[in-house]
Amino acid sequence: MPPIAPRSGDAIFASTERVNAELFTLTYGAVVRQLLTDLEEVDEVNKQLDQMGYNIGIRLIDEFLAKSNVSRCVDFKETAEVIAKVGLKMFLGVTASVTNWDAEGTTCSLVLEDNPLVDFVELPDTCQGLYYCNILSGVIRGSLEMVSMKTEVTWIRDMLRGDDAFELQVKLLKQVPEVYPYKDDE
Amino acid sequence: MQFFGGAEINPSPPAVTASGNNAHMMYIFNRNGVCLLYREWNRPLHTLNAQQDHKLMFGLLFSLKSLTAKMDPTSVEKVNLGVPQLPGQGCSFHSFRTNTYKLSFMETPSGIKIILVTHPRTGDLRESLKYIYNLYVEYVVKNPLYTPGTPIRYELFNAALDQYVRGLG
Repeated sequence: MPPIAPRSGDAIFASTERVNAELFTLTYGAVVRQLLTDLEEVDEVNKQLDQMGYNIGIRLIDEFLAKSNVSRCVDFKETAEVIAKVGLKMFLGVTASVTNWDAEGTTCSLVLEDNPLVDFVELPDTCQGLYYCNILSGVIRGSLEMVSMKTEVTWIRDMLRGDDAFELQVKLLKQVPEVYPYKDDE
Repeated sequence: MQFFGGAEINPSPPAVTASGNNAHMMYIFNRNGVCLLYREWNRPLHTLNAQQDHKLMFGLLFSLKSLTAKMDPTSVEKVNLGVPQLPGQGCSFHSFRTNTYKLSFMETPSGIKIILVTHPRTGDLRESLKYIYNLYVEYVVKNPLYTPGTPIRYELFNAALDQYVRGLG
């Protein structure tokens, strides 16, 4: 009998080592600030943040799987719920709600009411095109790719741009089957 | 405080029942069939070179998984043997035993495969494999110098593995 997968990440969040939230927020702010200085273009910063998130995601997935006891998700709906309730809670300390499913069940939105990354943040006029939290979309894309799901993650609403919540749209592009990696004549 | 490799690992290692040097060898593969790690403790006979040996082992797991899914009497959906499956589709096995050894196998949804070959009388090693997966996370995945998908060469990880495996009953 396999262990039951947790329905929320509270227990794991409570038992893991954490860093001070303000330190975390300020460090992330410093990273974004430095990227803005180095790359100058806001679009480039968005891209870079997404890439950094992706690199984190492809490693984070193993920590997530090892600690959460989550086994396989039967479908994308369950995957979205697990990200929102267990994954985000484990690593960010917040949960999201999953809404706006499309008819095929391949696109949904994760809505975050609360986001520790943006405490103390205000976007100046020069950075209006910046997706400040773009690292998060990268993390989700990276970790889902490691469990064979190609996704596209985009920001729909952003509180830093005057919306009332953070909304991430996750779109499942395709699921990649496992293939035998060697050729016969090798 | 250490930055990586020293963190406490949850869950704590499963209780060891008897002491003894029961493990023969271990493999870790990633989803692309790259052998990330091969450890050998007690293997008197080598018939193939290392690369062929790894390939054979990976091929065995791949076929056996496909076979177990094909034989599954509880599922209606059947795919033909050898047709690629989505990870998590169908079912999988966790060990088999011969008269001279036992092979225990674990695969994570991210495609990491851990294989432990031990003495045929060893008990259920599923918890132990999970613990080894935790070791892998702490010592390898969290190591900033490690490039994902490349063979693992870390003394600290090897030492932790050796110590844990030596205690397996």
